[in-house]
Order: sequence, then C-alpha cells, then structure tokens
Amino acid sequence: MKLPALKTAVKDLSEIDRREFFKAGGAVATVALSSGVTLMAFGGAASANADAGKRWGLLIDVNKCKSDCNACVTACSDENGWEDTGNPETDAQWIRKVDLTHKQTGREVSLPMMCQHCEQPPCVDVCPTGASFKRADGIVLVDKHACIGCRYCMMACPFKARSFVHEPVENQKSHAPRGNGTVESCTLCVHRVDKGGSPACVEACSETGHGAMMFGDLNDPASEISQALKQYSSIGLRDDLRLNPGVRYSNL
Amino acid sequence: MKRLFASFLILIGLMGNMALAGEDGKSSLYPAVPKATGKAHPEGNEFMRINHMKLMRHDRDETTLLGNRDVKYSLKECVACHAVNGPDARPVSVKSDKHFCRSCHEFAAVKIDCFQCHNSLPDPDVVERLTMLPQKNRELAAYLKEVTQ
Repeated sequence: MKLPALKTAVKDLSEIDRREFFKAGGAVATVALSSGVTLMAFGGAASANADAGKRWGLLIDVNKCKSDCNACVTACSDENGWEDTGNPETDAQWIRKVDLTHKQTGREVSLPMMCQHCEQPPCVDVCPTGASFKRADGIVLVDKHACIGCRYCMMACPFKARSFVHEPVENQKSHAPRGNGTVESCTLCVHRVDKGGSPACVEACSETGHGAMMFGDLNDPASEISQALKQYSSIGLRDDLRLNPGVRYSNL
Repeated sequence: MKRLFASFLILIGLMGNMALAGEDGKSSLYPAVPKATGKAHPEGNEFMRINHMKLMRHDRDETTLLGNRDVKYSLKECVACHAVNGPDARPVSVKSDKHFCRSCHEFAAVKIDCFQCHNSLPDPDVVERLTMLPQKNRELAAYLKEVTQ
C-alpha cells in the first residue's frame, strides 16, 4: 500500500522541481542578460509583482477639482466596464463625484470618492472568506474567486466605497472581471499599476487640464506625491477611525 | 429460449457499440473539440485536458493576489487562442455550444463558473486581428494581381 503513496509524493516533488527549475532558469537569464547591460533595466521590466516595499496612494487637490467635471468617473467606467443604470441603490460604486457645502461658511467643494485603500481596512477585518484582502503594495481588492457575496465588507466600509453586482454581467473587460453575486470596488487600476502605469481616473483628470489627482508611491520619499504631501497639509477622510487611508485630500 | 434471448441481448449490445464507436475508437458522443489558432501546448493535449484547471488556478492566484501579470496560463489567453468563429465570422461566446470550453465541459458534465465574471470572448483587438485577416488577404491578392498585370 505504501508504494503508490510514495510514487505520488515523488511525482509532486518532480512537479515542484520543474516549476522551481523554470523559476531558476528565469533568474539565470536575468543575470546573464543584465550583467552585460544594466541590472535595473531588465529587472524593472521582468518583475511586475506587488512590491511590499511600496504603498500606492492618491493625493486629491480639492481646489483643483471642478463640480461640473466628471472625467474621472467616465474614465473609470470605460476602463473597468461598469455603467450607471440610474439606480443609485444598486449601481456600481467604483468612483463617484461628491459635492459638499460647508454649513457655516458656505464654501462649496467637489471631490471624487472611491475606495480609500486603507492601511487598516475594516472590509478585510470582517470578510469571512478572506476574499477581501490588501495586497503587499497596499491596494485593497476583492478576490472574486473567494467572494460569497455576503456584503459584510460593504457594511464595514465607512466610505460606502463597495458595491454588489446584482445582475448577471456580460462582455466584461478582460483585465477587470466582475460578476453577479460578488462585491466590487475601485482597484486603483491594479492591472495598469502592475505594468508601471497609473489609474485611469488620474490620467483622465490630467487630460482635462485640472490635474487635481496625483498617483504615486507613498513609501518613496523622493516620489512626487510624497514631496507634495510633505509640503502641503492634507487629510485622510475619517481620520478619527485611524484607518490611515492611502487616498488623501488637500484643501478640503 | 434462454440462450436465444441472451444472444439477442449481446447482438443489441454489439450494434449499440458499433453505432457509438467513432473511427478512432472514441464514442460518437465525444465532442468535436475545435482547433486552436495558436501554437500547440508543448505539454500535449492530453496533459492539458487533465491539468488545465490546476495550471489556471495556480496562475490566477499568482495574478490576483501577487500581481504577476506575466503568467503562462491565463484565462484571457485560453479564450483568445481557442476562439471559435460563429456563422457571422466573429468569435462566439460561451452562450453558444460551439464555444471551445463549453464543447468539452458539456460532454464531461462539469459546470464552468469562470464566465460568470470573466469574458468568454477574446479582447476586441484580438477579435479585430482574427476577423481582419481574410480582408487583409483579399487586399493582398488584389494588390498582387495589380502588380503582375
């Protein structure tokens, strides 16, 4: 009886070896190629994984955001293939524009609201299946393979940044799968970030000339966003909850 | 009488087998698996038939959880390379029983959950490339005809 068990174990090991072999092969190729030229150039292109040394974030300058502009929302919708059907109760809430008026001073501001990519995300704390998770680089996502659609995360989120897909979806974008019975939210355009790009909303905002949104690595002191955060005052929404959001607002 | 009945049963069985057996010894119920457009899997079709779900599951976690976009076995590429054109010369979705995944999964009676969230059609640029090809060929033929005249 022992022999077959032993055999399968060996087979599994050989599988792992094969995988490790390919991995090692890739590493060797990297070294061999890079030794002649530069190490950074090849390494940068080859490693597209979520980097634990990074923390992606956004800085939104509320003064530059215009109330009549919806470019970030449209860009997100086009990029990720969701659409508003005119039912705010059931529509996707990846990103929305919020207009605020200060009760005392009457100051009116407009800002985009989306997943705040908290450092201590309550949606991750409450998820019973581990579907709601924070990537090594700080992006908070839903693993829809594990999501059972219980919507605890929607209740836990203080920003109402998550929504439930109520109806079957067809013709999704290949980089943004979404389906009936699962929860979804802003992914910080993770498919673009992994390829070294920036979120669609940030690009659209700068294309309109407003330039109210800035994307970058909060952990890198030399990054544009870190420099701006160092120079100007900004707040995270609901700072009283100590969630340390990755999205920060200035001039709010 | 008993023996006659038994031989009759065997005869029926044999006839049934003959009707069900295809040319290569496979059951005639075996699905017509559509050919892919790209290169064949180096692992071989038999290996892929048995193991594709394991490979895809491994790489889906790699992408979703770790952000590795450069995986070998992605659903996106399955769908692109195994696209099957419908009567309108455009790839069919999983709604059609001609769809590559469905043709086999229906035979094996295994439900596919992938396409509740993922698109069963290739990306628009892939579709364009697939459908443009005949037109490009026609253009090329016309050009060659013009040149040779």
